[in-house]
Amino acid sequence: MNPVSKDNFTVTHALSCKNISRSYGKVKALGNISFDVEPGEIFGVIGPDGAGKSTLFRILTTLLLPDSGSASVEGFDVVSDYKKIRKIVGYMPGRFSLYQDLTVEENLRIFATLFNTTIEENYYLIKDIYSQIEPFKKRMAGALSGGMKQKLALSCALIHKPSILFLDEPTTGIDPVSRKELWEMLRKLKSQGITIIVSTPYMDEASLCDRIALIQNGEFLKIDTPKAIVESFGRRLISVKGDNMGLLLKRLREIPGVISCFAFGDSHHVTTERDGNSADSLTADSLRFALEKQGHTNIEITPVEANIEDCFMELIAR
Amino acid sequence: MREFRIFVQKEFFHIFRDRWTTLILLVLPVLMIILFGFGITTEIRNTKFAVYDPSRDDATRGIVNKLETSDYFTLDSYLSSPSQIEQLFKEGRVGFVVVFGEKFYHSLLHTGDAKIQLIADGTDPNTASVLTNYATALINTYQQELLARQQIASGIQRGITAETRLLYNPTLKSAYNIVPGIMGMILMLICALMTSVSIAREKELGTMEVLLVSPMKPFLIILSKLVPYFTISIVNYITILLLSVYILKVPIAGSLVLLTALSLLFIFVSLSLGILISSLVEKQIVALLISGMLLLMPAVFLSGLMFPVETMPDVLQWFSHILPVKWFIIAVRNVMIKGLGITSILKEVALLAGMGVIILVVSIKKFKYRLE
Repeated sequence: MNPVSKDNFTVTHALSCKNISRSYGKVKALGNISFDVEPGEIFGVIGPDGAGKSTLFRILTTLLLPDSGSASVEGFDVVSDYKKIRKIVGYMPGRFSLYQDLTVEENLRIFATLFNTTIEENYYLIKDIYSQIEPFKKRMAGALSGGMKQKLALSCALIHKPSILFLDEPTTGIDPVSRKELWEMLRKLKSQGITIIVSTPYMDEASLCDRIALIQNGEFLKIDTPKAIVESFGRRLISVKGDNMGLLLKRLREIPGVISCFAFGDSHHVTTERDGNSADSLTADSLRFALEKQGHTNIEITPVEANIEDCFMELIAR
Repeated sequence: MREFRIFVQKEFFHIFRDRWTTLILLVLPVLMIILFGFGITTEIRNTKFAVYDPSRDDATRGIVNKLETSDYFTLDSYLSSPSQIEQLFKEGRVGFVVVFGEKFYHSLLHTGDAKIQLIADGTDPNTASVLTNYATALINTYQQELLARQQIASGIQRGITAETRLLYNPTLKSAYNIVPGIMGMILMLICALMTSVSIAREKELGTMEVLLVSPMKPFLIILSKLVPYFTISIVNYITILLLSVYILKVPIAGSLVLLTALSLLFIFVSLSLGILISSLVEKQIVALLISGMLLLMPAVFLSGLMFPVETMPDVLQWFSHILPVKWFIIAVRNVMIKGLGITSILKEVALLAGMGVIILVVSIKKFKYRLE
């Protein structure tokens, strides 16, 4: 690996990542990842389990070395300047990594002291989220619910006022209300000027980020704003419901003109060519006709706007 | 310094909030001293024996009387036939059986080939050999007394009399052997095993990951883990000494300062071992197995605590040389039991110090500043 001097990076980037690759033995975890994050941005890394999100986060937080490529955080190289990076970042691993046999308050105090600060000094930063668990501050961290654990972990990662925050799947395994609260918290932190890199397997959280990267098998499929990604979905999307959804999915995939079809909640999302002039292109009406001819009943067909999940499915189907 | 203090405090919380850890660290040493000191003993006291005596003359009665009047043995029964012997052992009623030849006294005086046989249970070789040794010694004493009487009568002085005297432990109390051994084991257990497990726990639970992404020097994190175990080791060292002096009645013959310095050196070696193990493993169970199998078990078997190392195969003897605990036990015996000075343990001290420095250097080199 070539050492890269600080000057090679534009210092205005909060984070810059160039051609990062990493393998575990023969298994490739990350291949050629490049992206930049601007100061004060919420950058989402979105992809399924095992896509390489945690490996990427560990390289950026100086816990793992990349096999090749280079990355800098706030202008510091993740390999040579790792000590400086460790002073300015906040990191919340994907797994709950606090002391279960210490109380909520003790955990927070330890992390504050670890970074040479006090709870009181930066209390304003965590107030919104910590005030919700403060009534339980004498409780052991191990006895907290999933959502409260994440709130505590976030408080611990924030207590030293990091300039950049790495959150590895902060919303995995917690209830919808806590999820919503966590994201509201992230918006507030953004307004304080903190750059946030967050990973999640939930596609519906993509729209809460300023920009997102879709990751699959260790490679970024696309990096853009959620809006631009949705708009770039160049096809017509039709939602189909009906009796016997299993058979319906199979039949839909056999119909000429259907590019792809995936189960999507309680309906199926069918992708067809947007341009309806060619002979085998499908519109909502012609699709209904084709299905009813096959004897399907209670067919409900609605044209829908594509969302991030549709884009993701389309990108991996390519 | 503030972060170091809070980490030491956190480590004490980990220890004292877990009931079992507290028990192992503070109660186990006391239990071990008491169990090994009183329960497991190689001393012989009031062992029962049986006699098959076809002669029934003055000499055989004299020998049986000699055995019975000693503190060690009590007569169980006279057997009417040798065939009963096996049954006695199967029932476990006696420790050994004395079988006399026919016309014992007559043979003793005239032909000089009076026969006497001692039968003991070989399934427990240690006890069997101790029993037969004691009995043989008593029989020899009787023989010498008998000869002496005759010599006085005949006025002739002859024969060589070997008189055995056991130094430093005249009453053959096993506690003299046990205390240095237990001390080595306990210090090893707390310093090496508990330290390595507690560092491995941080790795296993993922907390090490968060600690590493912080300005705190990893070396300080490790050092803060050593402080509580060091403190507890000192507490245990004092407990063991108090117990052995006041309960087991094993006096400290040598210098207490020297003994303490020696123990501090050994604690240093064990703590280094603990760090080394923890820098090599990721899981608590692996740390536990490595410390248990590679340190504690050999410490029990190869350190001379239970069996003399001199009788072991060469390979095991060589292996025992690389165990710090072996040298510690030898040195503690010299200082605490024999009352010798620093000059007698220079070799052991040099070896321990050398081992400690090497282990510490290797473990610092091996210490990971990242996750791999």
